[in-house]
Amino acid sequence: MKRIPVVPVFLPVSLAVLLAAPFVGGGIDPAAFFQPFSSSAGAMIFWKIRMPRALLGWIAGGGLAAAGMVFQAIFRNALATPFTLGVSAGASLGTALTLRLGLGAMILGFSGLNLGAIAGALMAIALVYGLTRLRRSCTTATMLLAGVAVNFLFSSLILLIQYSVDFYDTFRILRWMMGGLQMVGYNAPMQVLAVVLPVAVVLFLLSSELNLLTLGEELATSRGMAVARTRTLLFFLVSIMVGVIVSICGPIGFVGLMCPHICRLLVGADHRRLLPASILFGGAFLVLCDTAARTLFGPTELPVGIFTSLLGGPFFLCLLLKPGRGGEPAV
Amino acid sequence: MKSPALEIESLSFSVNGVSILKDVSLRIGAGQNWSIIGANGAGKSTLLKCLIRIHGDWTGKISLFDRSIREYSQRALARRVAYVPQPGGDQRFPFTVRQFTALGRYAYSGMFGTARADDPAVVNRAMERAGVEAFADRTLGTLSGGERQKVFIAAALAQQGDILLLDEPTAFLDYRQRAGVSRILRRLNRDDGTTVVTVTHDVNTAILAGGNVLALREGAVAWTGRAGDLTRPGRLEDIFKTPFRFIDDPVSGRRLVAPQEVSR
Repeated sequence: MKRIPVVPVFLPVSLAVLLAAPFVGGGIDPAAFFQPFSSSAGAMIFWKIRMPRALLGWIAGGGLAAAGMVFQAIFRNALATPFTLGVSAGASLGTALTLRLGLGAMILGFSGLNLGAIAGALMAIALVYGLTRLRRSCTTATMLLAGVAVNFLFSSLILLIQYSVDFYDTFRILRWMMGGLQMVGYNAPMQVLAVVLPVAVVLFLLSSELNLLTLGEELATSRGMAVARTRTLLFFLVSIMVGVIVSICGPIGFVGLMCPHICRLLVGADHRRLLPASILFGGAFLVLCDTAARTLFGPTELPVGIFTSLLGGPFFLCLLLKPGRGGEPAV
Repeated sequence: MKSPALEIESLSFSVNGVSILKDVSLRIGAGQNWSIIGANGAGKSTLLKCLIRIHGDWTGKISLFDRSIREYSQRALARRVAYVPQPGGDQRFPFTVRQFTALGRYAYSGMFGTARADDPAVVNRAMERAGVEAFADRTLGTLSGGERQKVFIAAALAQQGDILLLDEPTAFLDYRQRAGVSRILRRLNRDDGTTVVTVTHDVNTAILAGGNVLALREGAVAWTGRAGDLTRPGRLEDIFKTPFRFIDDPVSGRRLVAPQEVSR
């Protein structure tokens, strides 16, 4: 099987995308890159507006791709992602609810929005996982239906919240639901990084566990793994990560679906390689999507969430229709 | 008598109120070779899964080297007992044979998943003993059923357990591959002293394996004894609730079950 080296290939390409993206869209003199503290318009646009935005996309994209990869390992299904499982919807509901209730207090450096989103994400994954366990079968149909049900339920609750708030908050929630990276300054990327980086490190240390999970519960148990405990830990880690990303960037869909899948074809299924590849690929992917979203229809900027969904929808259908082993989509 | 490697005392297990195993008791001595036979649904596979705590909510007592297996961590248990699951359609994992075999070393990995220095050597030896080193870099999905079965045995060998549990290891295999797998198991048992416990629905497999036999019927022990005594009059009829005919094999000198003839 072909094996692309992960770090020597993925890291430079991904970093190049990150550094090149702010130049796209014009108005920037290449010299601005070397004047981070200059007050010229070019340097300001580059370092104060576009760079933080690219950085946020890079980190959030990496986190979403890693989250998709973990869900795919746990559910042993290529269609399992934060978006399809309703985890993004759960985080959205949590965020909308905290907006509605006006719980803006900061706790341990996390805002009420972050915590609400994390709680919503955890609730969604508990619901979906509970539903698939109830059926005693983790087939694609059960999992997707559970995800659809949770998505519907949470979407209607979000609508209810929107209906109950004033015009200004309705628009805020709606705009944020489209998913976007329009942040000024480095607060948002640093906040996301503070969660994605430690979670990514722990996930890397759990590579063997993720590998064993793809073999299924019985085989993983017989190899000596405490399956239930590891799975709970992974659900927590990933829900926290998705919750924080969604509360800041909105529910950006399908990054977690496409990136791990493409990376699996490029570097194989071993999670020691797949995890760094997915993170670097996911980061570059979201930065590219965001760059396209803000320039293609210029001067109008599309929210990046709309753009990734336009790409992701057909991709999802292709995966669903592709025959895998036993009629199930291949992991 | 030497203390047994594995001792099962009045093991019972039920799922949703349906009793799968009823009061099963068995002593398996270290280095012995056991076959577990019985009709479909008799509880053979379930028994194996209880022994490695894939099923954990059984009642009764299972002791491994004089300690209850509930006192073992899942890791410590995996260092003693290895398991080869029933062949099935969803085993075409996207890993290479070497990667898959190396996953058998999980129970020996340190904190943070660090591998042991001798892992590559152990993995190589396991692949060699199971005869899969020739296709070490192919993925499981590209292998035939027989090759894949040997890879599963290789991964179990990488666990370096004292006891090897196998669920229908030769089902669905052609004659040559079946002989290959049987040869590997015989060598493991005779030359390396590994305790081998094999679940099979095929009586001839159990007879030719020699050793001891546990027969299950509807979740309870129907008979235990030497494989050669299985063909005594009435015994198999009692276990499987169906008539049997026998033929004497001049080569092995054993009495074997003749293929069933559909009555005209």
